[in-house]
Amino acid sequence: MSKSNEQSLLSVRNLRIEFPTRRGDLVAVDDISFDIAPGEILGVVGESGAGKSLTGAAIIGLLEPPGRIAQGEILLEGRRIDNLPYEEIRAIRGRQIGAVFQDPLTSLNPLYSVSRQLIETIRTHLPLNERQARDRALELLEEVGIPGASERIDHYPHQFSGGMRQRVVIALALCAEPRLIIADEPTTALDVSIQAQIISLLKRLCHEYGTAVMLVTHDMGVIAEAADRVAVMYSGRIAEIGPVQEVVRAAKHPYTHGLMGSIPHIGHHVDQLTQIQGSMPRLQEIPPGCAFNPRCENVTDRCRVERPNLQAAAHSEVACHLFDAPRDNSQMEARAGE
Amino acid sequence: MIAFLIRRLLQAIAVMAVVALCAFFMFQFVGDPVNQMVGEDATNEDREYLREQLGLNDPIPVQFANFAIKAAQGDFGVSYQHKRKVSILILERMPATLELAVTAAIIAALLGVPAGVYTGLRRFGFTSKLIMTLSLVGISLPTFLIGILLIYLFAVILGWLPSFGRGEVVKLGTWETNYLSVSGLKSIILPAVTLGLFQMTFIMRLIRSEMLEVLRADFIKFARARGLPNRLVHYGHALKNTLVPVITIIGLQLGSLIAFAIITETVFQWPGMGQLFLQAVQVVDIPIMAAYLILIAFFFVVINLIVDMLYYVVDPRLRVDLPSGGGHG
Amino acid sequence: MVEQTTESAHPSVPVTEISAGLPSTWHQIWDSDVFYSFRASKVTMVAAFVTFMIFFLATFAPLVAPHSPFDVATIDLMDAELPPAWEAEGDQRFLLGTDNLGRDLWSTILYGTRISLVVGFLSVIFGLVVGVSLGLISGYVGGFVDAFIMRVAEIQLSIPSILIALLVAGTLRGVLSAEAYNDAIVYVLVLTIGTSIWPQFARTVRGSTLVERNKEYVLAARVIGLSRLAIMVRHVLPNVMGPVLVIATINLAIAILTEATLSFLGVGVPPTEPSLGTMISEGQNYLFSGLWWITIFPGIVLAALVLAVNLLGDWLRDALNPKLR
Repeated sequence: MSKSNEQSLLSVRNLRIEFPTRRGDLVAVDDISFDIAPGEILGVVGESGAGKSLTGAAIIGLLEPPGRIAQGEILLEGRRIDNLPYEEIRAIRGRQIGAVFQDPLTSLNPLYSVSRQLIETIRTHLPLNERQARDRALELLEEVGIPGASERIDHYPHQFSGGMRQRVVIALALCAEPRLIIADEPTTALDVSIQAQIISLLKRLCHEYGTAVMLVTHDMGVIAEAADRVAVMYSGRIAEIGPVQEVVRAAKHPYTHGLMGSIPHIGHHVDQLTQIQGSMPRLQEIPPGCAFNPRCENVTDRCRVERPNLQAAAHSEVACHLFDAPRDNSQMEARAGE
Repeated sequence: MIAFLIRRLLQAIAVMAVVALCAFFMFQFVGDPVNQMVGEDATNEDREYLREQLGLNDPIPVQFANFAIKAAQGDFGVSYQHKRKVSILILERMPATLELAVTAAIIAALLGVPAGVYTGLRRFGFTSKLIMTLSLVGISLPTFLIGILLIYLFAVILGWLPSFGRGEVVKLGTWETNYLSVSGLKSIILPAVTLGLFQMTFIMRLIRSEMLEVLRADFIKFARARGLPNRLVHYGHALKNTLVPVITIIGLQLGSLIAFAIITETVFQWPGMGQLFLQAVQVVDIPIMAAYLILIAFFFVVINLIVDMLYYVVDPRLRVDLPSGGGHG
Repeated sequence: MVEQTTESAHPSVPVTEISAGLPSTWHQIWDSDVFYSFRASKVTMVAAFVTFMIFFLATFAPLVAPHSPFDVATIDLMDAELPPAWEAEGDQRFLLGTDNLGRDLWSTILYGTRISLVVGFLSVIFGLVVGVSLGLISGYVGGFVDAFIMRVAEIQLSIPSILIALLVAGTLRGVLSAEAYNDAIVYVLVLTIGTSIWPQFARTVRGSTLVERNKEYVLAARVIGLSRLAIMVRHVLPNVMGPVLVIATINLAIAILTEATLSFLGVGVPPTEPSLGTMISEGQNYLFSGLWWITIFPGIVLAALVLAVNLLGDWLRDALNPKLR
């Protein structure tokens, strides 16, 4: 495994999230493990339905029933947080782990002024009175780059533009200076021109406060821009995880390879973007073995039967039989000859 | 804001005009006022004379204009049945109905709102399911049946409360009130509960369903993600967002109280406007029916206007004259 | 090479070729989400049972009723005001007792329920036909027609249906003579109640029509040259029937209640061939004399009927609501 437990801020071990339905349990996240170091930005990328948002929700304790954590552990600084009673989880939220969601318009209560929402959050976590909390709120708004903050602090969410709203949301998430922020598609609902600003804001603040970020998105461009490491998820499993430069430039897993190939690069002329045949399977139809095997160009018989574990490869880890240790490789070659 | 108000006012006037037209046509085509007013042995000359007097030979638009002008002044003519001015009949009975309606509304709100909030927050608890089942019964039972059952239990079997009438009323100027005498209070309980029961279950189910809807919203999720305690999430955010649409719907419900009062007044022989109207329907007393129609329409229109203004006050998104977010992201 | 079989996660429903045997239609219905939620809710099943029983008994009232409450020859005033059979002074012939005229209560209830159901169903059908038609037209044609119809619907919706029903009934009463009114009472009631419930259908259907109208298949149909009527009926209508069904069920309960209320108030079914509402009204006069059964039994039947229909409507709405699945 990558970093040792003592160094990690967040440690997810063998997490499995299931949805009981009347036709049996659907596994949405299947035995994933990863760590986030303090101050690190981990990108989690994958298609819709790959399980990224669910993982984030589980970490902050907001997994909605009937979904539940069926197996595994989530550790914050070595301490288990997935099985805590409600009040303890609530104490962690906002203070140790914060969250930023996709749509800033629906994340804010339309009937409350921005100042009200900021002040109540601040006073929930910090022992400040109304006046002090308001000053702190003003500071936060200025830090996230809202012009004319002192006039606008009492305005309502609908009176801000989309990008401004997301800055308010970020301010709210950072109120109590949490150690980790789960950012679930923070820029997807924003104009492209605003996205870059928000991402750079997030980066800057996180470096300043030393906050780690789990940045969930389907947009590789955002990952390349902001993340230190990136985990690629597919069908509820981690396909590849490693330093962002390595995963982007030298993708190993066939799926990641396909993802990278499908992104157009300026100055890089191609006639056709790479397409991966087929689509990610529905939860009820995940094939045995490697989940990607029906779409993989390099598929072998072993892939159809045996699910690959994460194996070290250069500075990353890959869940693919192509990268198995040499001992296993020979067996595979033997079989491929049949 | 002003433009909004003016627009709504104009709409209100338009609605009233249409209603007045309907009421007028009732006069024109239903029955013959002259026949209603005179006996069988009146001569043709007498009838003609009466026709002239009542202006029934004038062209229709003139008749309508007269009708509308008089209606606006509160003059609805003379009741065929009671041979007295309709306006006076209505005024005499208004206190009875209004007090009944107000008492019912208070009962409905005092019980319905907390029940709705409770069953919305504790959706899966046993008490909630029990309340929901009882509420379904409450909505299914017709008002008159509830009234009869209450009478049977509290008046016939237990003998605690009277089964009909207003009891002793205390006069305050031109107003007669039930609230100031023991007998009056006793008399108003059963009718008010009967009238208010439907409203109560309606309010409760409405608040519950709104609350459940709101609790699924993203901003609630974000509020929890920020670590806000349940108290703030439920009673601060969720409740406020629930009450906004609910307040307005409750306001609109006030109107149905007036309608259901007809039934309650019949069951308990409560001498209010509703009973007056029902008797009018049974003997086809057009002046009272027309007056009631116009009055009710007026009442509804006013309530709608007030509710619209309330919405404006309560929901900041509607106040478009405030500066919107400018600048870049 | 290893044989490839693609199996779904649920082994008992294997994915097969289209031509080979799919589960039978009955099996598909039984297994479907809608029916599943029906089976899973005992309350709903009880409600359905009760509704069915009442429908059945009422429909076959002439066969099931031990007495005919309208045959003057068989009614003896000496039998009047007898309590239910299980009480001391009761008579075995009259299970639930008799009313003030000597009619057997159980038989009268059966016939009365029949009238209530007939009026209820016909009113809903009337309201549905008018409402759905107007809704389709309103949504599809748009413009002034749409604005006008919707305005009327809105105004009507804000006024309680009982008021509207009373006004219509009162007007009809003035137009027809008292005799004609009573003779045509079923038609009068259907017209009255139907008029008070069409707006809900119209509004919902209009909303769905607006949504469907902008969809591509409608555009395609127009390009082919189908008439507006054909498009509305063949394409838009089927998509809209789900919510209409829910509204119809809920309005059935409302229609039954409205008829009962109108009869109770004396402007509905007359006492000669009473409906449940009329019976309750008559019975109220005898409550204090201790003849409780005359009003209570019809009351129980009415309450059970409306409650059962409401429960079915509730279930139907939840089952057909995609958001809650």
